[in-house]
This record gives sequence, structure tokens and C-alpha cells, in this order.
Amino acid sequence: MYAQMVKTEAKRVRSLDEMEPQERAFQQRIDAGQKIEPKEWMPEDYRKTLIRQISQHAHSEIVGQLPEGNWITRAPTLERKAILLAKVQDEAGHGLYLYCAAETLGISRDQMYEQLHSGKAKYSSIFNYPTLSWADIGAIGWLVDGAAIMNQVPLQRCSYGPYARAMVRICKEESFHQRQGFDIMTVLSKGTPEQKAMAQDALDRWWWPSLMMFGPSDDASVHSAQSMAWNIKQDSNDELRQKFVDQTVPQATYLGLTVPDPALKWNEAKGGHDFGEPDWTEFFAVIAGEGPCNRERLEARRKAWNDGAWFRDGLTAHAGKQAARRQASRIAAE
Amino acid sequence: MSAPASSSAVSAAVAEFALRMGDSCLILGHRNSEWCGHAPALEEDIALANTALDLIGQTQLWLGLACEAEGKGRTPDNLAFLRDVSGYRNLLLVEQPNGDFGRTLMRQYLFDAWHLPLLKALIGSADRRIAEIAEKASKEVAYHLERSADLVVRLGDGTAESHARMQAAVDFLWPYTGEMFLADAVDDELASAGLAPEPGLLKAAWQVHVGTTFAEATLKAPEKSFVQKGGRRGVHSEHLGYILAEMQFLQRAYPGASW
Repeated sequence: MYAQMVKTEAKRVRSLDEMEPQERAFQQRIDAGQKIEPKEWMPEDYRKTLIRQISQHAHSEIVGQLPEGNWITRAPTLERKAILLAKVQDEAGHGLYLYCAAETLGISRDQMYEQLHSGKAKYSSIFNYPTLSWADIGAIGWLVDGAAIMNQVPLQRCSYGPYARAMVRICKEESFHQRQGFDIMTVLSKGTPEQKAMAQDALDRWWWPSLMMFGPSDDASVHSAQSMAWNIKQDSNDELRQKFVDQTVPQATYLGLTVPDPALKWNEAKGGHDFGEPDWTEFFAVIAGEGPCNRERLEARRKAWNDGAWFRDGLTAHAGKQAARRQASRIAAE
Repeated sequence: MSAPASSSAVSAAVAEFALRMGDSCLILGHRNSEWCGHAPALEEDIALANTALDLIGQTQLWLGLACEAEGKGRTPDNLAFLRDVSGYRNLLLVEQPNGDFGRTLMRQYLFDAWHLPLLKALIGSADRRIAEIAEKASKEVAYHLERSADLVVRLGDGTAESHARMQAAVDFLWPYTGEMFLADAVDDELASAGLAPEPGLLKAAWQVHVGTTFAEATLKAPEKSFVQKGGRRGVHSEHLGYILAEMQFLQRAYPGASW
């Protein structure tokens, strides 16, 4: 999940009877499964919450280029290099659709960048972990994209039209990425002893951060309840985490790798796995900026933006000159 | 163009030519991919990754042909990941460090303005394999050139700073452009067999394109310059060794492993 702990302004979720007619009509359309489009009326809090959620998702795609980009120049074969390049390019593309979707809510991309660079806006905690070996590229595809898909698939049916439509295309590409990641892991786990150890080490390091992607339990959260009422969140964090574990554990078994959780076992009665609790102290530290790579990630994004100012200014200045020239030639022609 | 001779000498020339093409694509693709996540605008991150991806795809085709023509049972990955600096045949231009984004763009433009006319000429090659690769690659490279020329114009004729940066990029890179038009015995053999154009024949079209683009961009080519050469015979700048150390790390550290 690339959007974690998205806050609403709600103190509690109000019933239809408590709403003014305009808001009631809005909520009834959502309840009927209709899409809300950019120019339609929407409650201010719905708009703000969506901006937070979509921009956090967009920032995650952009920052997510960094840990994977870290291995493009070291990819082990030409084919793996091409696949990884295509994947990272897809992610930048996802960032672009999502920024565009957020812009329909009345915020500019530059404003969103400003919020990212100042630390006001968050991105997914997962991208603050380092990619230390080639197997990490496999593990990210398999686990991180796998976890992202869990909540992005239902978001294809979310209430806000531009977000839902962006998610349709994103999901197609993400599931492709997940298969590619699993393929890297398959080859490594059937490879030399060193390669297998590399794969296990990657699973050991990425397993818990992947479970943390869903965020802490939000069963009692008013924000979560409000987002669900608005149909911009469909499942609770715990439900998604359970689904992810149940899907992923058999895949690890297939790979011959061990999930690093001594509490993990199949529970016949619930028809799912029991598993241990992620270290939420670590999660909150990473969210607060104390993860292994927070500083590098943000610094890299700020540097790219600041170093690129002359480039963007140059293009703007040229566009201005061109407009002036067109104007001058129009006047001369008249 | 005349029919190709089928001697092993011609095969060796084709292998060498394919290596030169593939290596330039690979090293430029590598340099572009170093920008991943660090470009000045999101659209540029996407465009650079896309260009790099095209170039890596072309590398696979050219190195595939080099392996086939060589006939020693090597694979494109063997060529990419197990040759040392002296075995590489790329132009010195493409291995030059990225510098600022302006230099990266200018390097791409100077290369594209040579690459496209070369590929167009190669579509008429007497070797069907060369013609097919050129046909496919030229569609991608036509877009590369359109994009790089457009950005050179916009930044050259942008702000005083963007102009100064683009001019500095021209001045820095210019000595590496002459190598594109130099011929050696391999080129002579390829040209006489109708396999590839004489390198010198591409110069006029390149000069016209660069002249037109620079005029619009308000940039000047250096009046006096010199030619840095050596890439085609494996004598490179110091930079290539570091590129290969990075690129070949896994294959060198885990010999014989499959990935």
C-alpha cells in the first residue's frame, strides 16, 4: 500500500440524516456506487483527504524509483536491465497519472513537490529501506508490488473517477512487475548456494517492512471509517495484511525460502495464517524520518529538483519567447 | 550496393561493426540510466528511461549479430559483461560522464544526429541482418533525435543560464564528435562490400542538422577544435573502466551463475 495512515478531518462518521441536503445527495451517489468527477460538488474534507492520499501515492512512485534505480546500472544481464528500466519507467509514469489525478482536485504538481520536499507530505515507509543486493530487486517486485496490488485493485472501483481510472492502468502494470520480481526470486532460489542465500537474505530484510506497508491496525480508526464511507478505502489494514500473508506464504514455500516469522502457522479454523506482529516502533520511527534511507531519499529528490531549476526555467523562458515571437509576427501580418 | 562476399573476413568485419554499434548503444544507455530518479522533471525521468531502454534493446540486437557473425558460441551477455575496456568498441563520446543535464542532452543530440542518418543508410545494407536491425532502430532513433534537438533549441534559446550551460556542453563534447566520421580498414571493407556507408559520407548530413539546430538554439560550434579518437580500437578514456566495473559487478563476482 503506497498510501499509509491517511488522515481525514472527521471526528466521527455522520449518518445521512445528519447531513445537509447537498452532502446527503453526494453520499447517496457514493453509496449507489457512482463516480464523482472533478467539477462536481464534493465535501471539502473529501477533497483534502483525496489530495493527501493520491499525492502520497504519487510521491511513493517517484521516491520508489530510487531504490530500484540503484541496481539498473548493475543489473546482471541485458534482459534484466531492460526489464528493470521498463519497470522504473512505468513507476515514473504512475507518478505522472497520479499527480494529474490529484491536480483535478485543485492542487498543482509543484505544490505537491513542495510538500514532499519540505517533509510535510509522506511517501510509503517501504522506500526508506536500502537495496543491498540484486535479490532485493526481486524481493521488491514480489513483495512490495504484491502488497501494493492488494489495495490498489479495490481502488479501481473507488468513488473518485480520475483516481479509479488511473488505478486501472497502474494495476495492470503492477501485476506484471510482481511476476517479474517473482521470476528473479525463482531464478535465484534455484541458482548457486550464494544466489539462494542472497534470495533468503532479501526475504529476511523485506518481509516485515512489507507487512508494515499496510499500516497499523485501523479497525478502530475514525479516519479509516470515514474513508470507507467515501469509498476511497475498501478494506481494513488488517484484512489486507492477512490477504497478503495468505497469498505470499505459499509462494515462499514454492521458492524454498523461509519466511522470517517464528509465529507463522496455518490456522485451519480461520482458513488463514496466524502470524507475528511487525515491530511498530520501527514503523513509527521510519515514518518519523528515522529509517535507514529517509535522509538519502529526500535529499536525492530535493537535489534533483534544485539542480533542475535552470532546466525548467530555460524551457519556460523559451516558451515565453516563442509566444512573443508569434504575437509579433501576427501584428506584422495585420 | 554490391552483393556481400561470404568470406570469413567479411564475417569478421560484420562482427566488428556490430560490436561498435552495440557498444555505443550500451554505454550511452548505461549513462542515461544513471539519471534514473534524478532528472529535473518527471517527464525527463520517463524520457531518459525510455531512451535508455531503446538503446539497451538495440544493444541486444547488435551484440546478437556480433555473436552470430563471430561464430564462437558467445552470447550478447558474454560480450557485454565479460569484456574488459580494451575489448570495447564504443565511441568516446558516449562514455563521457553525464555532467549536468545540459551536457547529457547535448551528448545525446550529437550522437542522435549521427545515429539516425547512419541507420537510414544501413537500411540499404547488403546484409539483411544489418538492414533489419537498422530498420527497427531507426524508428526509435528518429524520436530520440526529435526530442534531443527540440530540447537543445529550447534550452539554448532559453535563459542566460540555460544558454551558458548548453554552450559549455558543446564546447566540452565537441572534440569527441570527430571520431564518428573517421574510417579504418574495417570501415573500408564494409563500405566496399556494400554493408555499411563510409563514415565520412555521414558528415555532411550531420553538419547540416547540427548547424540548423545550433542556429535556432543560438549556440556556436567551436571554430577550432581537435579530435579525440581511439574508441573503435579499444583505446578509451579513463571513464569506461568505472562504467564496466559497475556494470559487470555481478557477472564478475559470481562467475558462471545464471540470472
